[in-house]
Amino acid sequence: MRGLKGLAVALAAVLCLGAAAASDPAERLPDPAQEVRARSLFRDIRCLVCQNESIDDSEAELAADLRRIVRDQIAAGRSDAQVRTFLTDRYGEFVLLKPKFSPGNAVLWLGPFAAILLGGAAALILRRKDGGVTPLSPEEESRLAALAEELDTIPPHDGHIKTLARETKGS
Amino acid sequence: MIAELGAFALVLAFALSALQVGCSVLARLRHDAALRGAGEGAAAASFMAVGIAFAALVTAFVTSDFSVSNVAANSHTDQPLFYKVTGAWGSHEGSMLLWDLALTGFGMAIALMGRNLPTGLKAVAVATQGGLGLLFIGYTAFASNPFLRIAAAPIEGRSLNPVLQDPFFAIHPPFLYSGYVGFSVVFSLAVGALVEGRVDAAWARWVRPWSLAAWSLLTVGITLGSFWAYYELGWGGWWAWDPVENASFMPWLAGAALLHSAIVTEKRGALAGWTVFLSLAAFVCSMLGAFLVRSGVLTSVHAFAVDPTRGVLLLIILGIAGGGAFGLFAWRAPKLAPGGLFAPVSREGALVLNNLFLAAATLTVMLGTLYPLIRQALTGEAISVGGPYFGLTFGPLMVACLLIVPAGPLLAWKRGDLLGALQRLWVAAVIALAAGFAAWFVFAPKTAIAGLGVGLGTWLIAGAISEIVVRSRLTASGGRQALRRLAGLPRGAWGMTLAHIGLGVFVAGACVESAGKAEMAQALSPGQSLKVAAFTLTLKDVGSFEGPNYTAERATVLVKGPGNPAEMTPERRFYPATRQATSQVAIQRHGASDLYVVLGESRTASGATAWLLRVYWNPWARLIFLGPLLMALGGAISLSDRRLRIAAAKRPARAPALEPAE
Repeated sequence: MRGLKGLAVALAAVLCLGAAAASDPAERLPDPAQEVRARSLFRDIRCLVCQNESIDDSEAELAADLRRIVRDQIAAGRSDAQVRTFLTDRYGEFVLLKPKFSPGNAVLWLGPFAAILLGGAAALILRRKDGGVTPLSPEEESRLAALAEELDTIPPHDGHIKTLARETKGS
Repeated sequence: MIAELGAFALVLAFALSALQVGCSVLARLRHDAALRGAGEGAAAASFMAVGIAFAALVTAFVTSDFSVSNVAANSHTDQPLFYKVTGAWGSHEGSMLLWDLALTGFGMAIALMGRNLPTGLKAVAVATQGGLGLLFIGYTAFASNPFLRIAAAPIEGRSLNPVLQDPFFAIHPPFLYSGYVGFSVVFSLAVGALVEGRVDAAWARWVRPWSLAAWSLLTVGITLGSFWAYYELGWGGWWAWDPVENASFMPWLAGAALLHSAIVTEKRGALAGWTVFLSLAAFVCSMLGAFLVRSGVLTSVHAFAVDPTRGVLLLIILGIAGGGAFGLFAWRAPKLAPGGLFAPVSREGALVLNNLFLAAATLTVMLGTLYPLIRQALTGEAISVGGPYFGLTFGPLMVACLLIVPAGPLLAWKRGDLLGALQRLWVAAVIALAAGFAAWFVFAPKTAIAGLGVGLGTWLIAGAISEIVVRSRLTASGGRQALRRLAGLPRGAWGMTLAHIGLGVFVAGACVESAGKAEMAQALSPGQSLKVAAFTLTLKDVGSFEGPNYTAERATVLVKGPGNPAEMTPERRFYPATRQATSQVAIQRHGASDLYVVLGESRTASGATAWLLRVYWNPWARLIFLGPLLMALGGAISLSDRRLRIAAAKRPARAPALEPAE
């Protein structure tokens, strides 16, 4: 059983690998504009027997069939949305490499942006709890500037003090 | 005999890992130096034992000992010696052994090189590393043993998968695994810090070089794999958002976040809890990747093993190590002392923003990879997540993240001057905008992606150079003094600059390649020609010849166009041992761009034989691989910085660097 499954995977790999198949001249549509549309659709449609490969890349026979279906539909004047609907009615949402924006996929689509918002909010709240930073008063600023100037006049041969000075300034 | 020696050494390594855990835990509890030394000795011995096992496996491959099942499945007497050796890690079992080798090697590194670590922290870290060894070596020895014999040895082996018989593939796993497993060191150090309840600058000084080393190795590993896919698989692409690629990308992103947050923890003592969390997360992502690739939950061209029992075992390992570590984090992290304060506009603030984006990017890749599995498990509905999804989610997050990169290093710690930083960057901004618009006008199909990519890439490169110029104070103090200042800059600063330049190079290359790629395929009989971009390619003839373990058809294609005429010779190879055909792509490099020719199958139509020739023009494609190599080189240069090798506790009598690092 294990061997069989392994073989199936290996076979699928062999079938799917290889040069981008969709450009095969024997399959092309005569109208270049339609062909461009077909190619861009191919990139969004999954070859069902391969691992996450679009039918644009896959050399599997099934991918060739799907490409033929898409090209036929485009040649028959269907819109991109109609072609997608036709494919999902037949094969389910699995065939789309770009999942639909639906309640079931809300986590998938909104997760990344929610992470930014929640993460940013958490960072701000945690910072507040730490108390934030009170800016230096004008007197403190001028004292700091004076100190920094003083340190800059230290002769260059005194490397250690110079470094300490720089580090103090840098931090 | 040699296989039995290997199997014995593997079980010995398992026992030594157990000893390593036992001695180190006792040493920590009793504060006993002798026990601690014993634990460290066991760590070194465990590495040696795995080394012997690994050498035994390589020997079995080199001598074509087909009574060993793993050799019979992955080698062949006709295979060149080089591929016999690399076949040792071309299978699930062999690559697990390579993983163990790296894991125990890093364990030994902590034991031998961590002299400056506080003894308690070190004992816990060595124990944790031993615990990981126990899990993974145990798994290899008892569930995935590469030394199993078969009763009736076949006369000939089944050969290594031909697409893996390639010099780049051969060195890709060792780099990749050193990177993956390199994060185990920071994982162990983080567990140590949580147990000890102390995260300080000395700890962060340890985490930084190790995360930098692991991340740089992982960068090289992923780049090699991507380059291999580019020229060996002959599909003209280099990244497909395949779940297995994502599995290597997650630890890379988490590691990149860790590199940056560890700087804040080291310099300012802030973000301690977050740095600890990332240290755990990076290695958990590595283990998640190992689980995804090997368990068979994903069936991919990369996935070696489709075996549910192994999958369950790996999931248990992931659960023990990951669950234990995050549980410990939840329990102990609140006890960590809060670090230095900083204003939102400061270098800390910029690095927090960087971490926010990198963490969200990691989460995006994780969602895209795991969500289909989770949704199918919960509702039974199958969905697919591919490139278009990542383009819409990961893409904008990364653009936002990259935009702030040049500003970070120009902001001061604690409280920065955003206006000042932006004033110093206006030259870079003007150059970047000009380059972006120029790219938008120049590249033949006018696409926003090319303009955006070049603009963003230039922004990163020019921004990194601006920072160096600002540091040299060229405008204020004149050329000679500026040069002296530059010579005095620590290597860490140069490493960062180079890594950021590499990032820019990559972004420009990736965007221009995907926007400006031209493709043409045609069935040609000898004498016929096709056109792609500025080139005309004529098929001269197709001959056949025999290689060491394959037969091949080789086409001679005459190319006319810029920098030509020249001949290109793409091949199509057939490996009888596995009955597989592969293509040997011919690539002609033009600066950073590639003319890429693939020979397809032959077709006979109306009496004449024609060969399908696929030709791609991949503008700036080489930058995609050059950029990450520059990033890894930047990491290596930073690693050579003296300050990273000197523990914070021991201050040198005379500080070597003239300038602060960041």
